[in-house]
Amino acid sequence: MSLHKTPVVADLSKQTLVTLRTLSESQDANPGNLKNYEKLGGYAQLKRIVTEKVKATDIITEVKTSNLRGRGGAGFPTGLKWSFMPRYFDGTKYLVCNSDEGEPGTFKDRDIIRYNPHQLIEGMAIAAYTLGARVGYNYIHGEIWQDYEIFEEALDEARKAGYLGENLFGTNFCFDLYAVHGYGAYICGEETALIESIEGKKGQPRFKPPFPASYGVFGKPTNVNNTESYASIPWILQHGGQAFQDLGVPNSGGTKLFSVSGHVEKPGNYEVKMGMPFVDLLEMAGGIWHGRTLKAVIPGGPSTAVMPASAILGATMDYEGLSKAGSSLGAGSMIVMDDTTCMVTALKRLSYFFYEESCGQCTPCREGTGWVYRVLKRIVDGEGKMEDLDLLTDISNNISGRTICALGEAAATPVLSFIKHFRPEFEYYIQHGKSMVTGK
Amino acid sequence: MLNIEIDGKQVEVENGTTIIDAADKLGVAIPRFCYHKKLSVAANCRMCLVQVEKFNKPLPACATPVADGMKIFTRSKSAVEAQKSVMEFLLINHPLDCPICDQGGECDLQDIAVAYGTSGSRYTEEKRVVFNKNIGPLVSTDMTRCIQCTRCVRFLKEVGGMQELGLIGRGEHAEITAYVDKSVDSELSGNIIDLCPVGALTSKPFRYSARSWELTRRPTIAAHDGLGSHVEVHVKNDRVMRIVPREKESINEVWLSDRDRFSYDGLNSPERLTKPMIKHHGEWHETDWKTALEFAARQIKETVEEDPAGLGFLVSPNSTMEEGFLTKKIAKALDCGNVDHRLRRSDFRLDGRFHGTPWMGCNIADVQAMDRILVVGSNLRNEHPLLTQRIRRAVANGAELSLVNPMDDDQLMKVSHQAICSPNDIVNVLAQILKAMSGLQRLSLCLPKSISDLLEGVVVRENSQAIAESLAGHGKELDLINPKSALFLGNIAQYHPRYAEIYTLAEAIASLCGATFGVLFESSDRVGLDMVRVIPGQGGLNARTMLEQPRKTYVLLNVEPEFDCANPAVANAAMEKAECVIALTAYKSSALDNADVLLPIAPFTETSGTRMSMEGRVQSFTAAVKPLGEARPAWKVLRVFANTLGLEGFNFESSEQVKAEMFGGEKPSTVVWNRLNNNLRILFDVKVLEKTNVLQRLGEVPQYRMDSVVRRSSPLNKTKQVSEPVAGMNAKLMTELGLQQGDIVVVKQGIGSAKLKVMLDAGLAKGTVRVPTGYDLTSSLGELMGEIEVTKV
Repeated sequence: MSLHKTPVVADLSKQTLVTLRTLSESQDANPGNLKNYEKLGGYAQLKRIVTEKVKATDIITEVKTSNLRGRGGAGFPTGLKWSFMPRYFDGTKYLVCNSDEGEPGTFKDRDIIRYNPHQLIEGMAIAAYTLGARVGYNYIHGEIWQDYEIFEEALDEARKAGYLGENLFGTNFCFDLYAVHGYGAYICGEETALIESIEGKKGQPRFKPPFPASYGVFGKPTNVNNTESYASIPWILQHGGQAFQDLGVPNSGGTKLFSVSGHVEKPGNYEVKMGMPFVDLLEMAGGIWHGRTLKAVIPGGPSTAVMPASAILGATMDYEGLSKAGSSLGAGSMIVMDDTTCMVTALKRLSYFFYEESCGQCTPCREGTGWVYRVLKRIVDGEGKMEDLDLLTDISNNISGRTICALGEAAATPVLSFIKHFRPEFEYYIQHGKSMVTGK
Repeated sequence: MLNIEIDGKQVEVENGTTIIDAADKLGVAIPRFCYHKKLSVAANCRMCLVQVEKFNKPLPACATPVADGMKIFTRSKSAVEAQKSVMEFLLINHPLDCPICDQGGECDLQDIAVAYGTSGSRYTEEKRVVFNKNIGPLVSTDMTRCIQCTRCVRFLKEVGGMQELGLIGRGEHAEITAYVDKSVDSELSGNIIDLCPVGALTSKPFRYSARSWELTRRPTIAAHDGLGSHVEVHVKNDRVMRIVPREKESINEVWLSDRDRFSYDGLNSPERLTKPMIKHHGEWHETDWKTALEFAARQIKETVEEDPAGLGFLVSPNSTMEEGFLTKKIAKALDCGNVDHRLRRSDFRLDGRFHGTPWMGCNIADVQAMDRILVVGSNLRNEHPLLTQRIRRAVANGAELSLVNPMDDDQLMKVSHQAICSPNDIVNVLAQILKAMSGLQRLSLCLPKSISDLLEGVVVRENSQAIAESLAGHGKELDLINPKSALFLGNIAQYHPRYAEIYTLAEAIASLCGATFGVLFESSDRVGLDMVRVIPGQGGLNARTMLEQPRKTYVLLNVEPEFDCANPAVANAAMEKAECVIALTAYKSSALDNADVLLPIAPFTETSGTRMSMEGRVQSFTAAVKPLGEARPAWKVLRVFANTLGLEGFNFESSEQVKAEMFGGEKPSTVVWNRLNNNLRILFDVKVLEKTNVLQRLGEVPQYRMDSVVRRSSPLNKTKQVSEPVAGMNAKLMTELGLQQGDIVVVKQGIGSAKLKVMLDAGLAKGTVRVPTGYDLTSSLGELMGEIEVTKV
């Protein structure tokens, strides 16, 4: 079907394909079809655990061994999260996949859905078996409509092949999985806002506790994981948790999909082993474009702190490596900026995003994101005052940690890190009414 | 129990308590906007952030449950920093237009800003503007002032039963709004004015009429339903400017119905009577009190000399106990037994059969603790706006509500079982429920033979069976000491032409399943007036016969016959025929055209007195303002009138003295608890009538047409609850009669008829035509229920 474009991911040989492993086998226009996936041993793990009635605790132990950490950005250990789900519950438990990647520069889940949807389905079915969930939802970002349709097709295939539905493999295991698409609100990627949205309500985060494991979809115990996390599960069960851990570094098991965008020659998704040095990943992406030099990198998506070239060049791409270097892995959405980038206008653009996407529920974020954007806009319009920089820092600190959900921190982090690392550029802009970099 | 420490003070609290509740208990003030003890927790304003030991981030006090040993700091550096930063955020887009804002002086934002804000602002950018919404005649909006705390949204959803407001849009574009082109029509809508912590939602009728600091606040008791809500009258220059609730957990909690809140507009109506008037040769003339009273006394004396039974005393069921007591005392002294206050009642066959005074049967606060409730014949939201919200809470907590009604009006809560039947069929349905109840194994109490004989031929329908099983608790153990089930009779039951049958069967049902049983009264003093025997004396006539057999002279106490009586056509005819009608009234209008003397009396805010709520609570109050013009409190008028008549024993100096005599010098509560009793002393012989195919009228009193004050409240009469009266019928009946929506029909009832528009009323029982009363257009019709003819014009 024409929706499936030939993958643009280049140089597969240097990548370690786990969640996108269908790409290694096929240069098919539709590499993720059921036949291709089954050839790779797809659904065999699901069948094995269901028919052999593998104990849920054994599966959780395997996932814990793998050291798989939540790929949505927070990096919470998946096995640990699974152990929070109540084992015995009188009623329906739910499973939710968060494919609502909406931050600028984030596009990894899209490719899993596009090129390897069945691995995600199998991962979710295994999780459903393990956690006793009867119904699952994959909440797909509203702006990748084609991929939503691809996923619906894959669900159809899986249902027809007997991998989803009632009494799977002749056992009493039942699992219904549905695709839900959002309407483009970034906030719906926050797991409790996503749950509200699934329930048909306005996407607004709930305050926690209670966490979804005790009060999730329709008030029932719910496990929420990221697409990439679920898609890693079949591989972990096939090769063992230790093998997955061994792909990465201590505390960061497995591979990670990096969405590399910005000023590189070959932007795209790269699935590499955790702990790969930044320079190797940059090289894989073809290096800085037009022969220019690296200025800064946002390593994990706009909600992670920007890093000047000096800080990132020696860093490794894993949770601890980036944390030590002063930022975080986030969702692995790496935005690369070359030396022609004006950090003031870049921050203004980023702050506009958070201003537009704040849900408006709680005061600091609703009011603060707009204030930050307006001050930055004023600076870019040449009407900045030197005290604005302290004001921006103050506002951001006042948003951070005082909101219902993490969007507050997400909005504050770029402001604080941009000003911290590139203060002279901001001061120049305020003094001269124009950019130090572009001169405009 | 958990031991915690707030700002160094130790306190012991229950498991699950939030920090804010613990602090409130301890008297430690934590600022808040979105938190309200009666609403769900939203935690969105972030004003209540406090520091908690071992947490690196400040936590919202409203949403954080305490843990044992928790140390909380509400005034530490980190807590105050967080609170101040939130205050700054809240103010950046707030217009700060306090000088022209009605909330000024009673504004949470203003008050808290004094404590947590700064005198200047660091915000120099453009402020957000939000367009106002027209959400109806009661609540005015200034949406730019809104701080999105969502109290109003949560109130309407959780207490009002329907989410009529919501938060749309994201981020800074988030705004509170109603549905497109819809207003907020809840009968409790005024509460969002109190809840709004800023000046976004203010009272439309009160708008720009006074500043809060100019108002004197005087407590009184609301006068428009049997609840007896505690209210505060706000007065400026001896004029009632507005009425707001006073907190009384066991009655109105913190709420007030719109009827009690906005009725005050009627107090300032241009129709207020300020001078006594006498009609001479068909013309009204103002006169002085002495002349008017002497004129009236002469008329009375003439009538009494001829035959004391030629007199008739009709007393409004909203009168104070003192007013009723004095009226009865005058009648007795004149040897006349024709006194009644049950003006909308049509069936009096139970008179003389009661053990005591009928009442609600339980306390108001008990209602929300019920597991199972059956209401017979009541349009709950219309009759008891605030009590209904307690039933709604019971239902939300899992109670099963069953209804037996001639219509299916949305009560904005889950109804587990209901029987919709024509008014006439209510008796049959109750017989079915009783039969089903007696058939449930565990309930083997004996029924009196007259009733068990009656039940023999009754065929129990499915929904009646379901209602019985629900009320009987599905076989669960029944608690007979503190019943968790209740059976209430509403207006439609009380005004039913076969109330005696309904009451008898309902009482039997309740006693079989151990349910508490009672009557929900729409008027503010029905129980109290019954207790002081403002009912026919020996051989006296009741309200109905007094009008059906016209008297020579009537004394009306705050009664407008065509709106307040069961049968307006008969009432009007009786007034017309009477030689003299003496009306003690607060208003002069065409409703009293047939009167001969008008004596101006003070409405509820201008008099002192006592009312007894339907739960039997005796509540005395004093006047909040001076009587308007020459109007005088009715108890004083009656006292002087008695003197003018030369009667003995009327030398009362105050309403308290009247009250003392009324209760025989005893403590009111002692008297009351000995007298409240819903049991029938002498059983009534129930007969189930054959079914008829004759059309039945369902006559309802719309909530803002029920007494002389609310009828004159112009904002209330602009709401959706009040509209031009129509003839409502279901689709089937419309087809049968060959009618379409909008057709004009003549409805005929007894001696009167009215031309009305036909309107689809899909939930009406078959064979039922709903025609409201309380309007000019329908004041020529007959009783609230009974046969009715409909002919197309």
